[in-house]
Amino acid sequence: MATGATLTATRARASAKARGPFITLAGLRGVAARVLPPLVVLAGFLLLWEVLCSSPTAGLPPPSRVVTEAWDIIVDPFYDNGGTDKGLFWHIAASLKRVALGFSLAVVAGVMLGTLVGQSDWAMRGLDPIFQILRTIPPLAWLPLSLAAFRDGQPSAIFVIFITSIWPIIINTAVGIRNIPQDYRNVAAVIRLNPIEFFVKIMLPSAAPYIFTGLRIGVGLSWLAIVAAEMLIGGVGIGFFIWDAWNSSHISEIIVALVYVGLIGFVLDRLVAGLGVLVTRGTSAS
Amino acid sequence: MAHLSLSQVGITFRRGGTTSEVLRDVNLDIAKGEFVSIIGHSGCGKSTVLNIVAGLLKASTGGVLLDGREVNAPGPDRAVVFQNHSLLPWLTVRENVALAVDKVLKGKKTRAERNQWIEHNLALVNMMHAADKRPNEISGGMKQRVGIARALAMEPKILLLDEPFGALDALTRAHLQDQVMQIQDDLGTTVMMITHDVDEAVLLSDRIVMLTNGPSARIGEILDVPLARPRDRIKLATDATYLKCRQAVLKFLYERNRFVEAA
Repeated sequence: MATGATLTATRARASAKARGPFITLAGLRGVAARVLPPLVVLAGFLLLWEVLCSSPTAGLPPPSRVVTEAWDIIVDPFYDNGGTDKGLFWHIAASLKRVALGFSLAVVAGVMLGTLVGQSDWAMRGLDPIFQILRTIPPLAWLPLSLAAFRDGQPSAIFVIFITSIWPIIINTAVGIRNIPQDYRNVAAVIRLNPIEFFVKIMLPSAAPYIFTGLRIGVGLSWLAIVAAEMLIGGVGIGFFIWDAWNSSHISEIIVALVYVGLIGFVLDRLVAGLGVLVTRGTSAS
Repeated sequence: MAHLSLSQVGITFRRGGTTSEVLRDVNLDIAKGEFVSIIGHSGCGKSTVLNIVAGLLKASTGGVLLDGREVNAPGPDRAVVFQNHSLLPWLTVRENVALAVDKVLKGKKTRAERNQWIEHNLALVNMMHAADKRPNEISGGMKQRVGIARALAMEPKILLLDEPFGALDALTRAHLQDQVMQIQDDLGTTVMMITHDVDEAVLLSDRIVMLTNGPSARIGEILDVPLARPRDRIKLATDATYLKCRQAVLKFLYERNRFVEAA
């Protein structure tokens, strides 16, 4: 799909170049071909929603009412009235900070453990069954346990992110390490790389496409988990914002927040994928 | 004393309850600057011999001495050119050679000297024009040339070639064989090459070691190739000595040790 889009773009650019620096009809058509379909579908969806929810008895507000009711938080995401009465920007920033911390810890620990499991049969046999069971535990099920252990909401939320995102990272890293061709190991043996050099120069780059697959799944799961966790722990955060809006029956605000949650989740996924392409120099598919 | 010497080398693999003896009593001395080929049918264990010399496999019996010192682990003094080039795809051609040079010659050469040495070796195999390309951007023959440059750049005591031209088309193969001959003439490198190509063995080698069919392969015969260097493949095509050597190897492989299809 991505290749198709790039192809269209390249063709559009090529024809634009052929006819001089002006915006050509063909060039416009190329852009329109990519931008128009999602716009049309979106407009159709909003129209359908408007029609379905316009009756006074409807449970959800139509898009026009969402915009008018939530206009304050849409136009000013940066206000701060102290406490938890802040703009959406601050809530999202707080959630992203938790994700960044928990996810970073998961990356470090996950790659290490994944390398261990991928490299050693003994560790594989010992740890794999435990991982396979632990990874099926729903993220929120960890929350009471971590609240009991940390006695504070903030580290508990971070721990939930960590424990949610670590499993796909471990499993994918382990697969990546197992798939390092024997040839690369032989090359490393002949030039006598020490274990640290081998890890940095051969293992990480060779397993990078797999590792980044794990990171992408992991960051997606973290974003799923943080919203739910914040609903329970309270404080500043997009999850709490949604829960708070529900308690005050501000359905329009919930819908605006959901749009943000979706967009941020999409951006996080593309960011990690883009980083993967950059780091693996194009050997990992985005 | 021989430069490289294999004495009573044998290897037995155990998998589950079954044991299979692949090599038995391989005795071979290689002198400095000599080009020795090991030829045999596929599956007879010729690559196993190379892997034992490289230190990538451990012999079950006997041992290998290089300059009087026992070989028991891989090392840059026995640089290997692998069958499928095994360049690291995330590094450029230059970086692939640099990885080896920077590791092996650290302390022996300064950074500037090492960079010069990398370029020198790439130039030796005519690969300077693609130094900053990645392996997937160059042809199979070019990859193999980079593999050779990487191996030579380690300043090995012996160069181990594991069917280096096996995956190449005939024309590229001939070109690379000439290049390897040229380099070996210039540098006087000691070479041990695994091959299944009779013409290649006769053209390149000073001696050809012929392995019997496995299991329990052993050296069946060692043939001297008394052809003067530099050798020219076109002139040799009608040379009596060349043809006699070629026939001797063919006779060994196809009359006395016919390939037995594994059941």
